[in-house]
Amino acid sequence: MINQIDLMRLVDQYRDDGIVVPTMTGSRGWNIVSSNKNRDVPLGGAMGKASSFALGVALAQPDKRVIIFDGDGSLLMNLGSLVTIADKAPKNLYHFVLENGVYAVTGGQPIPGSTKLSFAGMAKEAGYPTSFEFDDLEEFASRVAEVMNSEGPVFICVKTTPEIQNEPMGLRKPSGLKPTKTAIRDLKHDLGLWD
Amino acid sequence: MTQQALLSPEVVIQEFKSNGITHVVYLPDSETNWMYQLMEAEPSLDLIPVTREGESVAIAAGILAGGKKPVVLIQNTGLFESGDSIRGLALDCALPIVMLIGYRGWTRHGATPDSAARFTEPILRAWGITYYLVEHDGDANRISLAYQEADRTNMPVVVLVGDEYHGFNR
Ligand SMILES: Cc1ncc(C[n+]2csc(CCOP(=O)(O)OP(=O)(O)O)c2C)c(N)n1
Repeated sequence: MINQIDLMRLVDQYRDDGIVVPTMTGSRGWNIVSSNKNRDVPLGGAMGKASSFALGVALAQPDKRVIIFDGDGSLLMNLGSLVTIADKAPKNLYHFVLENGVYAVTGGQPIPGSTKLSFAGMAKEAGYPTSFEFDDLEEFASRVAEVMNSEGPVFICVKTTPEIQNEPMGLRKPSGLKPTKTAIRDLKHDLGLWD
Repeated sequence: MTQQALLSPEVVIQEFKSNGITHVVYLPDSETNWMYQLMEAEPSLDLIPVTREGESVAIAAGILAGGKKPVVLIQNTGLFESGDSIRGLALDCALPIVMLIGYRGWTRHGATPDSAARFTEPILRAWGITYYLVEHDGDANRISLAYQEADRTNMPVVVLVGDEYHGFNR
């Protein structure tokens, strides 16, 4: 299993001027690692829709890398987006799923099918031209250049250590994450798109 | 029988073009086939077919965030399916997404046996989403009004397509 922060530090080196769309536990990790918060859009509001939102960004900004850090439960909620993304096939899209096997944010309940399904297999069969699976940081480190230099859409399933949150909502520390609304505004400013 | 006034797909696509639409995010309904053939032939429009409607609003949100101009084209059944995306993205993030929604079950008589039609307007009102009704070519400029309203308020706006005889067909 891979610690998501270690993974993200490696990915950040290949981000260029790209746009990153993390969700769930991935948003907290990326908030620590990110080298350009003006181009991060953490998606909290509509569970499962990070992949769809990122597809829209990738189609609107074909010259920028767009990187998703999806949750496994989130992707299960929007599996059809694998087909939609593969169909439009944006060359600039890198779709990571952080497969921790659980719904970490809501207390660590296992996702359905956690011991049976293969996300990398589903992405490949949905039509992603390239699909990877990693369970070991050293292996990822030795292949990250290949992953990030592959033509998109690229799917990368990473088995990550669950960071389970179990405190009652009222006792949890504020995440410190930007609201999605603010992040979209900051992204548009940074891209010079504000009218 | 007298000829019913109709909403022609050419006029709808002209509205898309004059509003600078770049991407059409859609899932078909039974009245829209002719419109899709025309859209496919229109080089200024990039078509994005989705597998379920909840994707459509999120994709449109991403397109807007990336500086382009989408339209969402779905049926009212798909509006119900998209609830959490409309809430969590379009409304909470104040995104001016215009959705053209096929008004399945709508009639000019008022009463309809189709629950898809009965729940459509109450739900839009509950969400505080402004909506327009388009029935024929004479109403088509309400699509432009919807874009103006969306841009002015930074909110999603719906255009209900209530042409019970033709839909988007000829
Ligand atoms: C439509 C919807 N259903 C349920 C929830 C409750 N919920 C919030 S976070 C979460 C778990 C997310 O799981 P995953 O995507 O695997 O990410 P992780 O928590 O493991 O990082 C759930 C079920 C929600 N926000 N929205």
